[in-house]
Amino acid sequence: MSNAHHELDDCIDLAPGDEHVEGGIGQRVIGYLTGLGLAILLTATSFFVAGTDLVWQPSIPVALIVLAIAQMGVHLVFFLHITTGPDNTNNVLALAFGVLIVFLVIGGSLWIMANLNHNMMPMDEIMQMQR
Amino acid sequence: MFGKLTWAAIPIDQPIPMIASGVVALAILAILAWVVIKGHLPYLWHEWITSVDHKRIGVMYTLLAMVMLLRGFADAIMMRAQQSVAFHSQGFLPPEHYDQIFSAHGTIMIFFVAMPFVIGLMNLVVPLQLGVRDVAFPTLNSVGFWLTATGALLVNISLVVGEFARTGWLPYPPLSELAYSPGVGVDYYLWSLQIAGVGTLVSGINLVTTVLKVRTRGMTYLRMPMFCWTALATNLLIVAAFPILTATLAMLLLDRYLGFHFFTNDGGGNMMMFMNLIWAWGHPEVYILVLPAFGIFSEVVSTFSGKPLFGYRSMVLATMAICVISFMVWLHHFFTMGAGPDVNAIFGIASMIIAVPTGVKIYNWLFTMYGGRVRFETPLLWSIGFMVTFIIGGLTGVLLAVPPADFVLHNSLFLVAHFHNVIIGGVLFGAFAGYTYWFPKAFGFKLHEGLGQAAFWCWQVGFYVAFMPLYAVGLLGMTRRMQHYDVPEWHPWLIVAGFGAALILCGIVFQILQLVVSIRQRARLADKTGDPWDGRSLEWATSSPPPVFNFAVLPDVSGEDAFWRIKKRAAEGTVSDEKPEYRDIEMPRNSPTGFVCAFFATMMGFALIWHIWWMVAAGAIGAFATFIVFAWRDHDEYVIPADEVARIDRSSNAQRQAILSAQAAR
Repeated sequence: MSNAHHELDDCIDLAPGDEHVEGGIGQRVIGYLTGLGLAILLTATSFFVAGTDLVWQPSIPVALIVLAIAQMGVHLVFFLHITTGPDNTNNVLALAFGVLIVFLVIGGSLWIMANLNHNMMPMDEIMQMQR
Repeated sequence: MFGKLTWAAIPIDQPIPMIASGVVALAILAILAWVVIKGHLPYLWHEWITSVDHKRIGVMYTLLAMVMLLRGFADAIMMRAQQSVAFHSQGFLPPEHYDQIFSAHGTIMIFFVAMPFVIGLMNLVVPLQLGVRDVAFPTLNSVGFWLTATGALLVNISLVVGEFARTGWLPYPPLSELAYSPGVGVDYYLWSLQIAGVGTLVSGINLVTTVLKVRTRGMTYLRMPMFCWTALATNLLIVAAFPILTATLAMLLLDRYLGFHFFTNDGGGNMMMFMNLIWAWGHPEVYILVLPAFGIFSEVVSTFSGKPLFGYRSMVLATMAICVISFMVWLHHFFTMGAGPDVNAIFGIASMIIAVPTGVKIYNWLFTMYGGRVRFETPLLWSIGFMVTFIIGGLTGVLLAVPPADFVLHNSLFLVAHFHNVIIGGVLFGAFAGYTYWFPKAFGFKLHEGLGQAAFWCWQVGFYVAFMPLYAVGLLGMTRRMQHYDVPEWHPWLIVAGFGAALILCGIVFQILQLVVSIRQRARLADKTGDPWDGRSLEWATSSPPPVFNFAVLPDVSGEDAFWRIKKRAAEGTVSDEKPEYRDIEMPRNSPTGFVCAFFATMMGFALIWHIWWMVAAGAIGAFATFIVFAWRDHDEYVIPADEVARIDRSSNAQRQAILSAQAAR
């Protein structure tokens, strides 16, 4: 009985977002600095790509989307500490749930509003389309 | 100096709000005077207002809900009375007042009755069922409650100072835009919901964290009581959906305060986007309300049938399925807005699909009762009343999910009857079942059984008499929110509906009477065992009311129906005689943070409504300073020594043993 309760109290239960880190503070600072460096690099690249003539123009929006997604990944890994560790299941599931909801709400809204605009087009525009 | 606020804001010329608010103000003054004169103020401050104990906060949430239920019901009975007499006449409520009443009724019933009721019950019960000492963030819990109370207070202030919205419980633009609603009514609505919405969101975060991270030893996910599962699903929905509400209302606020054009007629605004966003929150919201009720019915049906819940795993699956699918159906609230047949068909089908997991639940409850030793006490009566009523409401809902049918019934009283059918029959009956079921746990004595049954029958019959006629007039073509009408066919139905509301009033009177009588007879109704209903989950394993630390020694769970197993082992005599080893317990200190924060939030909300900018700044600075002071606190826990824990636990155990052995001797 008593053993069980010692175990309960001593087991290291981490709050969401906490990370059980081996190694000292130096290692953690390096982690944050790496994240900061990557984030700055991605931001700078985005600004550069947006105004450059060096790449094929239609590819710029795609490049920006890719850079934005990479930015999110950097934030999740280095700052929000989403990892594949065993204590991170909740965080990963919460992230998945959040992504699903954002996808449903934004995707659904775009679809609904586009469909609506198409159906509720002012009469003169419909006439123009039929001409 | 005082922005838009002048003496003209007080509606002296309107007798109904003035008399009503005068009576309420007198009642509040009388209660305050009694509290101060009797010297209860220090007790209230130290034990309740600043309390961070999840049980006390749960009780305060529930109390808020029940007080606001009286306000919301007063609005309801005025509307029913108005429609009973307003045939070929103006009735007794002028249109601008009637419009405020139906807006206030809906707003109050959803945000300040149903929400605090279910959140209160979750707060009270979930940590006890999980076998732990508190929620994950106790002070945040208190902040959440007081912010909700702030919202309720602002809505009620609008009765005396200024006016409330005339735009319905969801303020559809362009009517709610500055051009068409220039008064402060919509601002009262928006700011009270923004502040209360923050409160709801933090309470959602708190309970999700509690269920995911704070469980006793052995309480794996698939051993949690059903109510904890539904609480998890509900709070996941709160965390996912309430930000949508906050963002949508913030956009409307920007339109009204800073001349933006999100939802306006001109300047490229699109009011359809408001319907889309508000219902992207609004549909998950109805499941936020009803899922905890489903959890309560699961607990009640299983306890009062003396059987484990039938199909526990299918119930878990159905709950989580509802949690996800509830985000895929929101367009059915505006089928008639002009979307094409493909979009309408897909959302119609999704709306029918979500009825399937709900049907699974109904069958599970029926099979739980089948072959059980069913005890027909008040909580079970509410549950059976719910099953019958909710099936009718669900079926009319499936009917409304068919887009062509919806084109006929949209905005009619048929719709009004449908959502009252599911919200009263589902959420409110569930809340009442939970209130009766867990009352002895919270206060140590049961509620009077006879008066409880009387209240149940009045509510049940009153509900049918009040709302079945509304289905009929809806089919006869009556639209909602009519201040008067000239169609003779509708009149008799609306008179009957008025009588139904009077029957429900009898139910409420019986409930108040039940509370008063039960408090007076608390010695006779006392529950000294901590387990008045022969319960199955861990909240019944501790005394009633539980000590501040809930469990002297955290229970060890080995399967579903944890407390039932403990009792079974005790009856078989296979429990080891080893004395429990008591240890020091650390508990969070009470903190006035929540109350002070809400005080400044109220100030800020009121100032924002009336454009008193210096007061807005003062409120914002005050709330932020409160947060800073709390964040830099030094001592946030106190220790209950092991001897004290042992003393409390032994005395409650001795009391329980004495009663059990007396029963055995009989």
